[in-house]
Amino acid sequence: MSLALPVGKNGIGWLLPALIIAGWEVASRAGVMPANVLPAPSAVAEAFWRLMLSGELIRNIGVSTARALAGFAVGGSIGFALGLANGLSTLSRGLTDTTLQMIRNIPHLALIPLVILWFGIDEEAKLFLVALGVFFPIYVNTLLGIQSVDPQLVEMGRVYGMDRRALFFRVILPGALPAIFVGLRYALGIMWLTLIVAETISASSGLGYMAMQAREFLLIDVVVLSILIYALLGKLADSLARLLERLSLGWHPAFQNG
Amino acid sequence: MTAASLTAARSFAATPVRPIGSVEGQRAFAFRHAGKRFGDKTVLDGIDLDVPAGQFLAVIGKSGCGKSTLLRLLAGLDRPTSGSLTFGVAEEGHSRTRFMFQEPRLLPWASVVKNVEVGLTGIATGSEARHRALDILGEVGLADRADEWPSVLSGGQKQRVALARALVGHPQILALDEPLGALDALTRIEMQQLLERIWIAQKFTAVLVTHDVAEAVALADRVVVISEGRIALDLDVPVERPRRRGSVELARLEGKILDRLFG
Repeated sequence: MSLALPVGKNGIGWLLPALIIAGWEVASRAGVMPANVLPAPSAVAEAFWRLMLSGELIRNIGVSTARALAGFAVGGSIGFALGLANGLSTLSRGLTDTTLQMIRNIPHLALIPLVILWFGIDEEAKLFLVALGVFFPIYVNTLLGIQSVDPQLVEMGRVYGMDRRALFFRVILPGALPAIFVGLRYALGIMWLTLIVAETISASSGLGYMAMQAREFLLIDVVVLSILIYALLGKLADSLARLLERLSLGWHPAFQNG
Repeated sequence: MTAASLTAARSFAATPVRPIGSVEGQRAFAFRHAGKRFGDKTVLDGIDLDVPAGQFLAVIGKSGCGKSTLLRLLAGLDRPTSGSLTFGVAEEGHSRTRFMFQEPRLLPWASVVKNVEVGLTGIATGSEARHRALDILGEVGLADRADEWPSVLSGGQKQRVALARALVGHPQILALDEPLGALDALTRIEMQQLLERIWIAQKFTAVLVTHDVAEAVALADRVVVISEGRIALDLDVPVERPRRRGSVELARLEGKILDRLFG
């Protein structure tokens, strides 16, 4: 049985946020919610428009996105490479895994004071934190993915004469891909989280900086706007990852009815 | 297989190397006093088995009797620790031994036809591989499912794809490790008939490990019973094909084998 909603399957997820915003607007207009606690959605929209016109918003989103992607590229590729190496070679795993697991247990945000001492509040500090944050989910899940590839399929590949290269590209990597995507989606969440914390504490541009500036001047509408933009950016990153997942995991039973 | 190709037989021996000397008919492979030990456990001992090319051999035995080890030796997955195993030389464009597992072992992320193409690794690529794969899929009756994912197929269909993958390289020897064990009774009989038909058409040597005595006598030219690592019975099945399941002749042979297994 299915509900015949005109919004369709993808639209239904947006129903709840739309209702919340509508309720919020009504509450603000009725004076239930004072503007110095939470401004009305229309006020936030006005702030959005103002910052769009001045170009400030676009610039800050651009700066934050560039930082996020740079950190993600660095940390993600190191994590992926080490995950592959440790999944394929017992020597490499024996050598590095214990160390990595110890470092993994340090909350990376606890390193902020140290990172500020090392790098100041420049770009390197944020890049380092984001890279460190995304490294572990990618590393752990790539390693797990490779270790959980069905050994019967690997044996089949060997019996049918696949060399190491063919075995990797046709059996091991595709088998590890679902787990790698789980890591990717985790990493994208951590990427934004880390960046925003880092920008809030020390930055001279970016979304986190914009929110902190607005707090100084009691521009609560801008603060709320920043938070909403984080939510949208996070959702956008997750949607992109899901699209990639859908494109490359079409064989997986979980993606065959979508 | 030509007689000349057999004289240059490649050897797969531990000690001593014993090539097949004279050509007595066309031989697919021969075990000579072959044994296999894992640590101090002797799994196979003094196996002498001479199989002519094109024969359908069934190997029966209780679990743990060493029949799967025999098959693994044949497929090159293990080596004998004593005695020797010799093969006829592979012909041009043919793979020597192909293995069909108990489970289909299809790559879930490759389409049916791509899975069949795995059987052509190192033999053919590109459009030639696709062509040959589609041909053999037609023979197992799955040509119209070529571009689907394995996950949408039934158990019997998956095993048919696995059979196509094993046969697409035109192997000289097909080793089957209870490949029909997990199928329901009706699908099983269908698969047996398919296997027999393709075997008659392609003339490969088939070695079927099974614990189903009825299946063995229905399909094989010859049945070998292995017990405690030795050949306990080597029986020809001189029954004309097509065979009628449940006929008196087959039942008599089945009884004889069961007596040997439990007598």
